[in-house]
Parts: sequence; structure tokens; C-alpha cells
Amino acid sequence: MSIIELTDVTKRYQLGDTEVRALDGVSFGVDEAEFIAIMGSSGSGKSTLMNVLGCLDRPTSGKYVLAGREVSTLDKGDLAEVRNRTIGFVFQSFNLLSRTSAIENVELPLVYAGVGRKERRARSARALERVGLGTRLDHQPSQLSGGQQQRVAIARAIVNQPTLILADEPTGNLDSKTSIDVMALFQELWGEGLTILLVTHEPDIAEYASRVIVVKDGKITSDQKQTARRAKEGVS
Amino acid sequence: MNLLQTLPIAMRALLRNKTRSFLTALGVVIGVASVISMVAIGEGAKSSVEKVFASMGTNLLIVLSGSTTSGGVMGGFGSMPTLTWDDLRAIQTEAPAVRAAAPQLNTRVSVVGEDANWNTQVTGTTPEYFMIRSWKLGHGALLSESDVETGNKVIVLGQTVVDRLFGPNVEAVGRTVRLRAIPFVVIGVLDRKGQSPMGQDYDDSAFIPVSTFQAKIQGGLQKYLAGAIVVSAVAADQTNRAQSEIQGILRDRHHIASRADDDFNVRNLTEIAAAQQQGTKTLTSLLAAIAIVSLLVGGIGIMNIMLVSVSERTREIGIRMAVGAKPWHILTQFLVEAMTLSMMGGLAGVMLGTFVASTLAQQLGWALVMRPDIVVVSVGFSAVVGIAFGLYPAQKAAQLDPIDALRYE
Repeated sequence: MSIIELTDVTKRYQLGDTEVRALDGVSFGVDEAEFIAIMGSSGSGKSTLMNVLGCLDRPTSGKYVLAGREVSTLDKGDLAEVRNRTIGFVFQSFNLLSRTSAIENVELPLVYAGVGRKERRARSARALERVGLGTRLDHQPSQLSGGQQQRVAIARAIVNQPTLILADEPTGNLDSKTSIDVMALFQELWGEGLTILLVTHEPDIAEYASRVIVVKDGKITSDQKQTARRAKEGVS
Repeated sequence: MNLLQTLPIAMRALLRNKTRSFLTALGVVIGVASVISMVAIGEGAKSSVEKVFASMGTNLLIVLSGSTTSGGVMGGFGSMPTLTWDDLRAIQTEAPAVRAAAPQLNTRVSVVGEDANWNTQVTGTTPEYFMIRSWKLGHGALLSESDVETGNKVIVLGQTVVDRLFGPNVEAVGRTVRLRAIPFVVIGVLDRKGQSPMGQDYDDSAFIPVSTFQAKIQGGLQKYLAGAIVVSAVAADQTNRAQSEIQGILRDRHHIASRADDDFNVRNLTEIAAAQQQGTKTLTSLLAAIAIVSLLVGGIGIMNIMLVSVSERTREIGIRMAVGAKPWHILTQFLVEAMTLSMMGGLAGVMLGTFVASTLAQQLGWALVMRPDIVVVSVGFSAVVGIAFGLYPAQKAAQLDPIDALRYE
């Protein structure tokens, strides 16, 4: 089944007098349970692509079908709902609420989904156990290491059972060993049937994906499937 | 996601910056407290003025005779008797806006009891007088028509006179007192009435039939009414009509040419009371206006802090939006925060205001009137202030672009 269907998507900005074409006719499809790395240098348009794919931004033209729903024309409120139910975000700088416990951070998407308090607790605890932080439910971000914070963010991303995980440079603030641990976690989730889209500029991180899309000047210059390198033995 | 779920989020955000929240709410606390205490003080002033004027009499007018002129020195109203007993009867019968009229002949006389004496104001009058001047009977009886007709030597005493002559809690009715060596039987004692607007003791007075007063105390000048006529109009809004009716009747009876001055004077005390009340009302509204301004200033303080809070928490807003918060979720979150601040401030303000008002009332001996509607209104108003001044920052938060908000450092 196709999760993402992008058809001739463009995004133009007006910067003073000049028009910037951040995305210039991008088309591609993503099937269920793919692990895709989107690569490109800064200014290539990969961040804009990420924002459009994450329903944080609307394309100027073109069609974007996410999980069978045309989302390129939705308003702010509806886009928020799509993000809430279909997408889980993981950011480079973790983006956890400070002075808020791990479990409350994970609960956040469920709060906006209108899930009751008890069920919210239970599901969030399960998600934290899933990422290996079952014993740190009440720790605040400042009491956790970078890798642990990123795991909390991943738990938050998966807690509302999305179809798609969007990770924007998830290892950018982590050392190489922790990076591999986090990539292993992504591969596990992928193994469980989640579709993962990862934006990175590091070629060795992209090696863990099953497909690499390279973006340059707002266009896709290469789109190749590959055999994913295992981050951990026993995972594929 | 409903409002009830927003409340704990707002509370937690406020508790995170306890000092700041407290100081912000303090503006509203002071605003509401000043509204409550200022209005309470104003209302207290109003009610004491009302009480004072109610004790003077109901819808009261006083008719005084003209002034004497000797060698260019004007004697002032009442110094020359121009009012006659026929004038009184004419006022009683010919003026439709007049409910009752009674003579009031005053003099200071020493009242002698069994083993004490007391110099007091003795008034010769008729039974209507007590109704006109709002005197209530304590015990015994008031003067009757037959007392006036036959000139009985009976007397009705005010409470102060009773206290002075017989001591407190002594039954005075039935005892005899002497005025100018003439024995009078005490037939009634009046309820305590308190002080006049000028600080005079109303209860330091005694009343005897007007006929007895003329015959035994005053002597002479039988044609003229050597005192004043007190008049009660049929209703409070009829006092002006009663006044002009009385003026018409008296000018006509005294044959005063159309351009000549009155040889009498009609005082409309209800009008004076209304003017006084208007004064205290103006004072109350002035105090309330000042207090409301301080409440508004408190509201601006809330807006200021909410704006700071929104820009400080831009990243938090971005995170919330990314995981699925709709603009109205963010809007309500910040609105509820502003409202919680202002309502908490409002409630604390009610407590502080009540405390300040009652302390002031106690210390300064002012009357204190707490109006529950003002409490409700000022708490409601502080909630409205919270919404009104919280709306702009909240809207600013809700309209943030999630991408920019997430990137905000």
C-alpha cells in the first residue's frame, strides 16, 4: 500500500524581490514499511520537503496524498489533526517540553487526540518501555542524557500509532555510539512495520535506510533502493 | 481536549513562574480590592446620609415666618411672626400635595422631675407632628386630638430627657414633671432616634399639646403662630409641588403683590436630602471609576506578562503544534492561563478588599455596606479583563507558524 504520493510538488517563497524555488516539481511515492533517507546539503530544499511531508507546511502547487488522503489543500486545524494521527516527529534537538516529566512529554499527542487520562498514562508508559526507558517515566529532560532524550522523543512519536515517522537529523546532536543505538531503534520500529522517513546529511547514517533519495536545488537527483546496513546484530 | 484539560496545563505553567504569576495577579488583586473597598465605603457614606435624612422626617417641608427689619438689620426668617393659625389650616385643607401639616412651637425650658432637672427643647404641637417627623412611640401614648382641644397638661418625652430625669430603664410614663412650676403628666416616651445631620441629639426633647404650650409656656400672640409649620408631602416626588402650592396659598392669604418678596420661607428638606445623596452617589462613582482604572492597569499587566510568556514559550507552542495542537488549543491554553491569573487575582482581591473595607470602617467609624452584587461584578469583571487582555497574546500564540516556532531559539 502506498503511504505517500507526491505529484509535481513545488514550494516557492518570496524573498524580497527574488522568488526562491525551494521545491521544484518533486514527485515520488513511498510504500508501507519503507525506511527512506532523504539526503542533501543545506539549502538543497530537503528541509522544505520535510516540512511539506510533515504537514507543517502546504505546497504552493502539486498534489500530496498521505495515507490515502489529499492533504495539500487542508487548513491549519485539519493539518494539525493529520499530524496528530498519522505522523510522528523526531527532531535533531529533541524538542521535549522542559521541566516536564518524560511520560508527560510522551502523553502530549494523546492529550490533543482527546484520549482519556488513564488510557493516556498506560499507552505512554508502554511507549517508553518500548524504547527502553520504562524505569525513567518521571525523569525530566534535564535529568536524561541526549540519547535518552531522543528515545523519549521517539516514544512520543510512536505513542499515537502513526503510519509514518518523520525524523529530521535525529542523530545530529548525538555522539556516534548513541547515534547507532538510535538508528537501531529506528530499524526495530521499521521491522515492526512502521514507515520511516529520515532526513540527514551524513552518508553513514543514510546507510541504515533501505532507500536513499538525494535532493539538490529543489529537485530529486537520485532515488535508489539499497540493502540497509544493520545497526545491531539480529536486526534487519 | 476540552477546557477542563486545559486548566491543569495552565496551572502548571503559572506555578512554574510563581513569583511572576504572583506579581502579575497582584495588579488585579489591588484593582479588585480597591473596587470592593471603595464601593463599600461609598455605599456606607450613602446609607448614613440616607439614615440621617430619614430621621428628619418623611418628605419634609418646613414653613418659617418672615424676618423683622429694625434699622436695616434683618432678623432672619422666623424672627417676625407672619404665619397665622388660619395659614396652617389653609395648608392642611387647600394644598392637595400636602399629606399633613403641624405647628412647631419651640422653646428651651427646664423640666423638673422628682429629684433631677434637665433643660431641654420643648415643642408645642399637634398629633400629626410625630408622623411628619418620623417619631416612633416607645411606650405609653402620643399626644391626642383631645389633649390639644382641651389643653391637657400632658407631656411626651424623648429618651435622653427620660435618662436625665429618671435614669435609664426607669418607667417614666405616669410620673409627673414640672415645667415652669406647672405639673405635666408623662403620657409617653419616644423611641430613640439619634443625631440630626448637624449633630444635635433628637432625643433631647419633649412635646406638649400646642394649646397648652400657648397658654402655659408662651403666653400672648395668639393670632400668630410663633414658630414654624412642618409639612409632609404625599410622596417624595411631590415635595416640589407641595412647596409651590404652599407658596401660592400663603402669598394669596398674605396679599403679597406679584413682584414683592415672600414674607415667609418654605424649605424643602427632601430636596436637600436628594442633593446630599447625589453628592455621595457622585463620590461613590468617582471612587469606583478610580478603582476600575486600577483594575484596567492590572489587566494591562496581565497582557504584558502573557506576551512575554508567549515569546518565551514559542518553542513549546511549536512542539505542541507539531504533535497535533490546533490553533484553538493554543488559544484556549493561553486564554485559560490569563483568566486563571485574573480570576485568582479577583478572588484574592475580594478578600483583601473586604478586609480593607472592614478595617477602615472600624478604624474610622464609617458605616460599611458590602454589596454582594459588587463582589460578583468585580470577580466577573476581572475574568473579563483576563479574557480581554489575554486574547491578543493568546491569538498571537495561536497564529504562530509551527515551522518558525520550532526553529525559535
